[in-house]
Amino acid sequence: MSVALPLGGSVLLPALLLAVTWAAVTADAVAAGRAAGRPVPWTVAAALPGREALRLLVGQRRRGVASDELLRGVGGAVLPIAALLAAVVLPLGLRPVADLGAGIVWFNAMEVFAWAAVWLVGWGANSTLSLIGGYRFVAQGLAWELPHMFALITAAVGAQSLRVTDVVAAQQGLWFVVIMPVAFVAFLLSVAAMAFWGPFGAPVGRDIAGGAAAELGGVDRLVFMTGRWLLLVAAAAMAVPLFLGGGHGPWLPAWAWVLVKTLAVLAALVALRHRIPTIRMERWTEFSLVVLTPATIAQALVVTLVALGEGGLR
Amino acid sequence: MTTALFVVLAVISVVAGALVFRVDSMARATFLLLLSFLAVAGLVLMTGLQYLGVVIVLMMVIEMVVMAVFMIMYMMNPAGLMPMSMFHNTRGSAVIAATTFVALAGGALLVDWPVRGGAPAPDLTMALGESLMSGQMLTMMTLGVTLFATIVGTVVLAAGRGRYDRLGDELDAPESDDRDRGGVGR
Repeated sequence: MSVALPLGGSVLLPALLLAVTWAAVTADAVAAGRAAGRPVPWTVAAALPGREALRLLVGQRRRGVASDELLRGVGGAVLPIAALLAAVVLPLGLRPVADLGAGIVWFNAMEVFAWAAVWLVGWGANSTLSLIGGYRFVAQGLAWELPHMFALITAAVGAQSLRVTDVVAAQQGLWFVVIMPVAFVAFLLSVAAMAFWGPFGAPVGRDIAGGAAAELGGVDRLVFMTGRWLLLVAAAAMAVPLFLGGGHGPWLPAWAWVLVKTLAVLAALVALRHRIPTIRMERWTEFSLVVLTPATIAQALVVTLVALGEGGLR
Repeated sequence: MTTALFVVLAVISVVAGALVFRVDSMARATFLLLLSFLAVAGLVLMTGLQYLGVVIVLMMVIEMVVMAVFMIMYMMNPAGLMPMSMFHNTRGSAVIAATTFVALAGGALLVDWPVRGGAPAPDLTMALGESLMSGQMLTMMTLGVTLFATIVGTVVLAAGRGRYDRLGDELDAPESDDRDRGGVGR
């Protein structure tokens, strides 16, 4: 059965995502200041996203020699759109904007658009460092996609459904993070990796002068960076219905629980970010394929056996 | 409404597919092909096969990005900075294309289409899964093993240094002398 929100929800979703993103950027600025030994007051940090957005809006756009403006523009625009489309299956409370039967696959399909987006932005600028950044993201993507898919599949097996609301309903008694901790950790790692953020920021790293985003200025940069943060927030928010019981919890209404849990996941990611250095491609690739992928497969197998033992397939 | 959507998606898929051969940049060609596939995925979604349609989107995005990397690696003029033609053997391919089109279009128009019998399953994803995991299990297993063997074979052929190069003939070196060290420390 479908329990989608009324159409108004689709207007609410971008506003909610942007608000949570604003909070995440603020927290990140505070954490960054603390890590650098130059504390940033909360008031300054809270105004930072707005100030930065205004600065980029009035800033000059950059245009390289013989750059492919069409591909670069498409790539930049795809990033925030993919994040928004991925978020339509997120239950805001207990009901998502679109309650798709194959919701988990939809979520996965939308976020892999980031592959195309970052590569296109890196390619379109016709600049060597940009291009290196784009290729780094593809290499990184190949490494995170497999553990990520197995983590998603494990949650789907646990609920025996690809519908996100069914996964939430299956966690009324016990959160999935308890029975599938490996999948949860792999999911969080791939969340940061798909948003090329924190330790996975090599595609836009300082060693290649900003990488895929090196040649972006003005509104192009604003759209790209906003898209990247939206992707992080949407993917981190997906950890809540998949592993953390969704809107289930005592006292508070469902929407409040989803908000609290999403902010908690983001807070954990932001706090960890400034304690871990950027990981290089070849290190991450080998770790991901040799350790993380087999571990997530084993996790999926265990959950499958438990599901079969508890009375088989429904 | 449905007809309009069908026409739009069909036109996008054909036009984008044709444009693949008109642009002179490998990157544009690849992503036009992706656009064409996405329109096809939309058509599959229109038939009600939600899972298959979404999986086509998922697989095609990944495939086209990986393909772009390989195409650019092997093309002499990847970026379209010099004029180049995407055509080879134009006369032969025109004949093949025309013959294929006539055969397929003729077939679509002339075949006596059967009337639909029975009703679709209530949950098409479930029906697909049951079909793949029961009746078509042997096909899928053969397919899976074949694809896996292909991947392993390709990696073996492409790898510059195997484990004997890295760890010695007896595989007993304490650690490899790789230039780029991986993350597991072997």
